Amino acid sequence: MSSLRFDDVACWRGGRLLFEGVSFALGPGEAAIVTGPNGAGKSSLLRVAAGLLEAAAGTVVREGMVALADENVALDRDLPLKKALRFWARLDRRGDTLPAAMEAMGIAHLAPVPVRMLSTGQRKRAALARVIASGADIWLLDEPTNGLDAESVGRLEQACAAHQTAGGIVLAATHQGFALASSRSVNLSPFVSSEVETRFSTSLEANGFGGL
Amino acid sequence: MWALIRRDVAQAWRAGGAMLPVVFFLLVATLFAFAVGPDAQLLGRTGGGVLWMAALLAALLPVDRLIEPDRLSGVLDQLAVRGHSDESVAAAKLVAHWLSFGPTLMLSVLPAAALLRIDADALLRLEAGLAIGTPALAALGLTVSALTAGLRGAGALGGLLMLPIAVPVLIFGASVLNDGSGSALKLLAAVSLLLTAGAPFAAGAALRAART
Repeated sequence: MSSLRFDDVACWRGGRLLFEGVSFALGPGEAAIVTGPNGAGKSSLLRVAAGLLEAAAGTVVREGMVALADENVALDRDLPLKKALRFWARLDRRGDTLPAAMEAMGIAHLAPVPVRMLSTGQRKRAALARVIASGADIWLLDEPTNGLDAESVGRLEQACAAHQTAGGIVLAATHQGFALASSRSVNLSPFVSSEVETRFSTSLEANGFGGL
Repeated sequence: MWALIRRDVAQAWRAGGAMLPVVFFLLVATLFAFAVGPDAQLLGRTGGGVLWMAALLAALLPVDRLIEPDRLSGVLDQLAVRGHSDESVAAAKLVAHWLSFGPTLMLSVLPAAALLRIDADALLRLEAGLAIGTPALAALGLTVSALTAGLRGAGALGGLLMLPIAVPVLIFGASVLNDGSGSALKLLAAVSLLLTAGAPFAAGAALRAART
């Protein structure tokens, strides 16, 4: 039984409170989309969910294996795509699911191409194929649609739907149109503190720029 | 973890990085012979110590690319998400680093010893000392690499950090050359064991601290 639960979670990063009091719970087959403006802490929330960052307060409960696709592809640049992906499939002990996952993201024909020759969108699709092949219960997708064409977004939505049908969990951070079946929304905009702007404008006023 | 060791060794050889310390080592041996001149006795007497120095400096060369590329490309994050502890990742990287550095260095001692007129008896002691001492050099290199990953000027800083800690290895390693009783070899083994056993924990802690 896979589940992902945030209980009153706060995240402190770089001497600044990104968000606090975030609570949600996802069970098998459920999905959530994290929304919020740039810098609201969407990526940090995913890193907290992945266990890469400690929550400053609150508890995060994960049941099941986690797979993460963020802005770092983590593939050896000089290796052909298939070999680079197979390294991770081997670590996950899931070599047999890789061809199907590459097919699902439409990168099967790129198998012999070195990773450094791939375009941004193709690399993104490779990272997503790794998530699909991992067989993990909880998918954490950071800006999964960045650099993807419309067809690839469709493929990803299909893969997510299949994953949810099989009892998996999807948590995606995005501010672009990305449709997940029966998903709820985790909105981080209330936590965007206007403190920085306020302080900045006050200091401007104090310096005599108030009339500008 | 075998997969990680295999990948790291393959990567070191593919990028030519494994040959770099060896070429550097041979170059230092050659330069020393040129600088001191053709006095065979003097060369033979000082050559062993010079080769130990050269080995130590050669161990410094790969320090800036043992950890940093994997941190930057997200490989370390992906390993952590999969539940591999930072200590076991560091241990695997230590084994891989020694495999691509220790044996080749010990092999390149043979031509270097011929250049410096080191006799067979001293050569045997030198090789025995290196066999015991190179794991310690690899361990120091990895720890410093993990500590300086992501910093500007990591290479120079790495040298400043690593060389003072390597002094015991150098002292006991060079003493092995003129010591028939074998006690220097035992002390070298003790120092090497301490450094090698401690490195995965120190480097693992550094990897954890660098993850933000």
